[in-house]
Amino acid sequence: MSSESRVMVVGGGLAGLAATMKLAELGVHVDLMSLTPVKRSHSVCAQGGINSVNDQTRQLGDSEWKHFDDTVYGGDFLQHQPPVKEMSDWAPKIIELMDRLGVTFNRTPEGFLDRRRFGGTLYKRTAFAGATTGQQLLYALDEQVRRWESTGLVRKFEFWDFLGPVLDDNGECWGCVAQDLRTMEIRSFPSDAMVVATGGCGLIYGRSTMSMACSGSAASRCFQAGVDYGNGEFIQVHPTAIPGADKLRLMSESARGEGGRVWVPRKPHDARDPLRIPEDERYFFLEERYPTYGNLVPRDIATREIFNVCVHEGLSVEADRQCVYLDLTHISRGELDRKLGGILEIYEKFQGVDPRDVPMKIFPAVHYSMGGLWADYERTADGGLVPGSPRNQRTNVPGIYAIGECDYQYHGANRLGANSLLSCIFSGLFVAPCLVNLLKQSDRGSAAEKPSSLFDEVRATHQNRHDALLRQTTGDENPYLIHQQLGDIMTKAATVVRHNDKLAEAYATVCDLQERAGRCAISDTGSWTNQNVVFTKALVDMFPIARSILKGARQRDECRGAHFKPDFTMPGVDAEDPVEKLRQAEAWCDRFEAKNDKWLKSSVVSLDDDGEPSIRYEDVDTSLIRPRPRLYGLVGAEIIDEVWKTRAGAASERAPGSGDQSSSVSPASTS
Amino acid sequence: MSTSTAETNGLFDVRVLRQDGPRQPSYWQSFRVSHEPDMNVISVLQRVAARATTKDGKPAAPVAWDCNCLEEVCGACTMVINGRVRQACSALVDRLLDDRPGEIELRPMTKFPIVRDLMVDRARMFRALSRVKAWVEVDGYNAMGPGPRVSRANQEAAYPLSQCMSCGCCLEACPQFTKIEVTPLAGESEEELVQRQESAYDRGFMGPHAISQAMLFNAHPTGSMTAADRLNALTDEGGIQICGNAQNCVSVCPKEIPLTTSIAQAGRATTLHTIQKWLGS
Repeated sequence: MSSESRVMVVGGGLAGLAATMKLAELGVHVDLMSLTPVKRSHSVCAQGGINSVNDQTRQLGDSEWKHFDDTVYGGDFLQHQPPVKEMSDWAPKIIELMDRLGVTFNRTPEGFLDRRRFGGTLYKRTAFAGATTGQQLLYALDEQVRRWESTGLVRKFEFWDFLGPVLDDNGECWGCVAQDLRTMEIRSFPSDAMVVATGGCGLIYGRSTMSMACSGSAASRCFQAGVDYGNGEFIQVHPTAIPGADKLRLMSESARGEGGRVWVPRKPHDARDPLRIPEDERYFFLEERYPTYGNLVPRDIATREIFNVCVHEGLSVEADRQCVYLDLTHISRGELDRKLGGILEIYEKFQGVDPRDVPMKIFPAVHYSMGGLWADYERTADGGLVPGSPRNQRTNVPGIYAIGECDYQYHGANRLGANSLLSCIFSGLFVAPCLVNLLKQSDRGSAAEKPSSLFDEVRATHQNRHDALLRQTTGDENPYLIHQQLGDIMTKAATVVRHNDKLAEAYATVCDLQERAGRCAISDTGSWTNQNVVFTKALVDMFPIARSILKGARQRDECRGAHFKPDFTMPGVDAEDPVEKLRQAEAWCDRFEAKNDKWLKSSVVSLDDDGEPSIRYEDVDTSLIRPRPRLYGLVGAEIIDEVWKTRAGAASERAPGSGDQSSSVSPASTS
Repeated sequence: MSTSTAETNGLFDVRVLRQDGPRQPSYWQSFRVSHEPDMNVISVLQRVAARATTKDGKPAAPVAWDCNCLEEVCGACTMVINGRVRQACSALVDRLLDDRPGEIELRPMTKFPIVRDLMVDRARMFRALSRVKAWVEVDGYNAMGPGPRVSRANQEAAYPLSQCMSCGCCLEACPQFTKIEVTPLAGESEEELVQRQESAYDRGFMGPHAISQAMLFNAHPTGSMTAADRLNALTDEGGIQICGNAQNCVSVCPKEIPLTTSIAQAGRATTLHTIQKWLGS
């Protein structure tokens, strides 16, 4: 590695900042590029907390392995297990590091980190800073990066829009081209490697819990340049958000973690003051249907239940708008202020009602992209990752790495709450030594040795696209209205409940919209801070991902995590007769195994020359924990579980050493 | 709320103070928007961008503005709305129209260089965070065990300060914080301009937000090990001595950060620090 080696990090949220500070510590020059000042990145919106096994939960039998197990079980086994195991092993150390960096985590009376419970686990693993944990973590990393910036090792390019990678004739990446959002200057940035950390793509759905920067355009531009896109059809719809005209604002899972209860009046659209509705006339549907996890079932399940109770059972609180109550009024004001202040203020500010006095009205909203740029890893014999391997987090395009929400690696078919902050910081810290080893490869060459014509050509392509758009003043389409239509179509077809006919129809409409988006009239032809043209470009780049989501969802004929198709559900066991019951359970397990043989695979999409997403399916490394049915709330779960365990026991006898869900194998201690 | 003009005729006006670029003349332009339920100033600006037509039906470039999270945690969308500096996302249209029926007035902040329309350049704020070394000087990012134990009382005192989102409201309201806008010179390179700008920023008043961040890190067990550096920065040119104690900052802070408490603490700490320096201890 030369003393002049330089890495471009695109995106300054938790993942990008973590990678930047670690690279700087290792002596690498970093250019950090972001649409916004990095302190304003979308990570600030994360509220609830960050997970790890800790001294308290350990005493109750928790371990890194159980955190790993909860994560893959919650994700319906669709993630490669080694990266998840490595992340769970690192989790306690990551929280300790963030604590050392000054994050104002809530404390116990003795001064230890306080923890709360989150969905999909029975342990209190989640460290938190009020209800603004993402903001607090982001600020700590922002501060460290500023420290490196003051030494000159980090250069920031804020208010720059990433337009695309620079690839040589061998398809290797040597930097990128980007546009200054103020001056509109288009420039190339040579670098010896590039890390893409640009988050999710919620804007494809119009309104979501995501920020305005989360258009997915940077990921899409990499995708269009040849980076594969994995598991796009897995979009998390968060169970609890506050409906709004411009955005659906998140109401954190921590509200339920701290005891919040979800309910609807048993009498449809009961107009009484909710506080005057007696307990026995309230339907606590999550608690009734899921006695073990109660209000803290995994997100995909909570979302479907809330959707179902409103849409199919007609029990929405309001007649003309879908919503259920999320009730905190039984908890003392002091405790609410200390642990949930930030989110309660958001509700109060935007709804004009104090949620400490009145139950909140909430409904699900698009929240997180489990899928993203495909990324590789190198596994160790015991199932972790090889530290420092240049394969870790590398996409299929040499020189391009993907981390954070924009990679596809950690959350499978459904992400557990308080695991995203962890995966972002983990992948950011972990990728840094991998990049250093890449830069040390002597035969690889460097961006400085590449001819300037390479950069000039790519720059010219983007300049031409921009100039052509500026001349497009007479089109018959309005980019903002097309965006609205795209959002409506995606929200109807590809969120909580999915049907093949609707998906096929949506795909055709989106293709048509894409064509129309090419005819947008540009209402601002100025050459200074032209947000109109920048938005239009981002809109056009939403389509390749939108189509991949729809096509992936259309092709996947099963239910898995956030992807739910009523035509492919597997009803439980309802027989009374013990023999019949057993037979049904055996049949259920047969069907489950057949389904996994066919569909326990990640979709990996590349774009054909004509822009058509082409999907192949990748086997998932499930060698550490054998996939098992997610039986949350299923009728006959006990007998299915029994049959399954018998089969699993027999399978592990046949193949000694391969783990199963009750495995006592403990994770190797990490360095 | 139900008496607003908006609900009677379904339309209202937005008057925007526009400017096409840095150091260009500013001008007013009005837009007409249809009222919808639950609107905020962001959704108003989105409608204005989508229509790109003034109130008089003339074509107009969309208004440029800055925003991201839309839930008042990122700090991006600060502007002056009906004469008050605040976040556009949490400025609800119905309430604004109750206060001033029929029209909403939007202006950019006055204390920062204008980029375009409602978008300003707040680089000076982030520069001020470097001046006061607003970070914990850890040895490195390897696993070194847990951080220092912190009492609940200290956490509860630190947390409000750590919510500062660098939005700039406190600076807009502060009478001592005046605009610094460096004009490019002929033949000057980009680097030279940035350097000149930074040194101008470094001589100007750092502002209440930076003073408060210095106090946040000086109160942290590890941060306090480099407290003297921050106190030196606070007593340098453009430091705490510029504060005139107008107390405007605390009244406009959207996060209700106790900025004047921080300033008072910083005043005491810097006085003590200066005396100790005189005494050579």
